[in-house]
Amino acid sequence: MRFSGFRVLSEALKGHSGWKPLWRNPDPQPFYDYVIVGGGGHGLATAYYLAKTFRQSRIAVLEKGWLGSGNVGRNTTVIRSNYLLPGNGPFYEFSLKLWEGLEQELNFNSMVSQRGVIYLFHSDWQRDAYRRRANSMALAGADARLLSREDLKAMLPFLNYDNARFPIHGGFMQPRAGTARHDAVAWGYARGADMYGVDLIQNCEVTGFRIVDGKIRGVETSRGFIGASKVGVAVAGSSSRVMAMAGMRLPIESHVLQAFVTEGLKPIIPGVIMFGAGHFYISQSDKGGLVFCGEVDGYNSYAQRGNLPMVEDVCEGAMAVMPMIGRVRLLRQWGGVMDMSMDGSPIIDRTGIEGLYFNGGWCVGGFKATPASGHAFAHLLATDTPHETARAYRLDRFARGYLIDESGAGAQPNLQ
Amino acid sequence: MKAALVRSRIYSEVKMLIPHPVLGLRDATEFIYLGAARLIDRPDPSAPDAEAAFCDYVYLRDNPAGAHRELWFHEHGDHSWLVVTRDTITHEILGAELAQDVALARKRSVK
Ligand SMILES: Cc1cc2nc3c(=O)[nH]c(=O)nc-3n(C[C@H](O)[C@H](O)[C@H](O)COP(=O)(O)OP(=O)(O)OC[C@H]3O[C@@H](n4cnc5c(N)ncnc54)[C@H](O)[C@@H]3O)c2cc1C
Repeated sequence: MRFSGFRVLSEALKGHSGWKPLWRNPDPQPFYDYVIVGGGGHGLATAYYLAKTFRQSRIAVLEKGWLGSGNVGRNTTVIRSNYLLPGNGPFYEFSLKLWEGLEQELNFNSMVSQRGVIYLFHSDWQRDAYRRRANSMALAGADARLLSREDLKAMLPFLNYDNARFPIHGGFMQPRAGTARHDAVAWGYARGADMYGVDLIQNCEVTGFRIVDGKIRGVETSRGFIGASKVGVAVAGSSSRVMAMAGMRLPIESHVLQAFVTEGLKPIIPGVIMFGAGHFYISQSDKGGLVFCGEVDGYNSYAQRGNLPMVEDVCEGAMAVMPMIGRVRLLRQWGGVMDMSMDGSPIIDRTGIEGLYFNGGWCVGGFKATPASGHAFAHLLATDTPHETARAYRLDRFARGYLIDESGAGAQPNLQ
Repeated sequence: MKAALVRSRIYSEVKMLIPHPVLGLRDATEFIYLGAARLIDRPDPSAPDAEAAFCDYVYLRDNPAGAHRELWFHEHGDHSWLVVTRDTITHEILGAELAQDVALARKRSVK
């Protein structure tokens, strides 16, 4: 079933009676060439690119809940490629290029909106740091520009420019960055994978790995044993728990990140605004709600809900930079579990067990990586070599001293 | 007794009150979190396997879902380090000890 303007019109005339489910709901087969654990954005994108680009046959995605029930449906939808370090820049720019063609690629409206992302700066050294970042982005083929205080005032007149502690001196903008409709990203990849014959198996929790002589043979699940030649794990937030079943300890801690949505308003915020000094960033959804977020709560948690002190902290940040927000009513608040890696960067690699592959450690920023992560993980699973943009995301980089410490916070996951 | 238990559970979920062994119930926001209590067990730098042991110590974590022993520093209080046992699924706090006592009990010297 392909979507088109014509299709929408003809369905409108037929009272929308002809729409079909977006994917099949098959029972698991006894054996697959590739099993992907985790039906989030990354797992579904991996299955899609594996089936499409690498023309591999029997593929299944196993998801313990329903597709998209994890972080892919809980995040604040920001996509960008404004990274500084060589290990990251080309990967995230590759991802942004995939975002730009995603709707055509998947024939699915994921509402990719390049509305621009602006980081505020409040001091000379911050401006210099952002200038350096902009130069390094240019080297990775990405776009960036610096905005003066006057430029910003014209674009965002409602900000508190003369805050005594953090006066706004200007901004650093990536015009091609923006947002995407997060659920639709999962659904689009799921539908695309299904169309290439991937079995998407929901309510199927992986409870163990069958490993014989150091080689993977398949997975134990709540729906019985499923044999597989290769198993790729992409279970953001549950990485430590799942890989522990294969006897592995990871450089990862789980922390909660909370998000907030207000009542719907007329359009006021043109893009995404990042106020790093106050741990606060905000955008406006197409429905009109203001979507905002701050830092992780800062201690290990699998609760999928946050605690009040961070709510207060985020709201203080909001009031500091955007006092007008104090008059808006908050509609919803929720938390997601992040797998915070020790240097803040992800891991896409083989493991010490033959046929077992790991994708995780996405911290608070993995949504934007979804297309490239799927592409790179599919490449690794199919060819056993890392994708050229993901070479730095090795599991042993900590032991070898090749950390990718993007925020310069060291081995302190709650600061990444 | 039962009512008190239920109440302390509610408090710890909403406010995360830490039962400081010396100072009594304190709000968790007075503290700074470091990580798993295993960080007390710093490896011996002169041991032959020190490099691997330090990589493990600095980077790898058990990260369990459930009871977790962890280090909290009383920054806005008496500057003591506590070993707090906390459920990472419910945020319920199950107990707190002075990290110094924990370390001494393991016959380790504390600076
Ligand atoms: C509040 C919040 C805001 C965020 N904002 C942004 C943002 O603006 N931009 C950005 O780039 N990133 C953001 N992120 C981060 C981003 O959401 C994640 O890094 C990314 O979505 C993780 O990848 P995923 O989508 O595949 O994970 P998930 O969607 O979590 O997928 C993992 C799946 O694995 C399943 N699973 C777990 N264990 C098992 C098992 N044993 N068996 C079978 N299945 C299992 C889970 O049910 C889940 O569906 C945010 C996150 C949160 C919580």
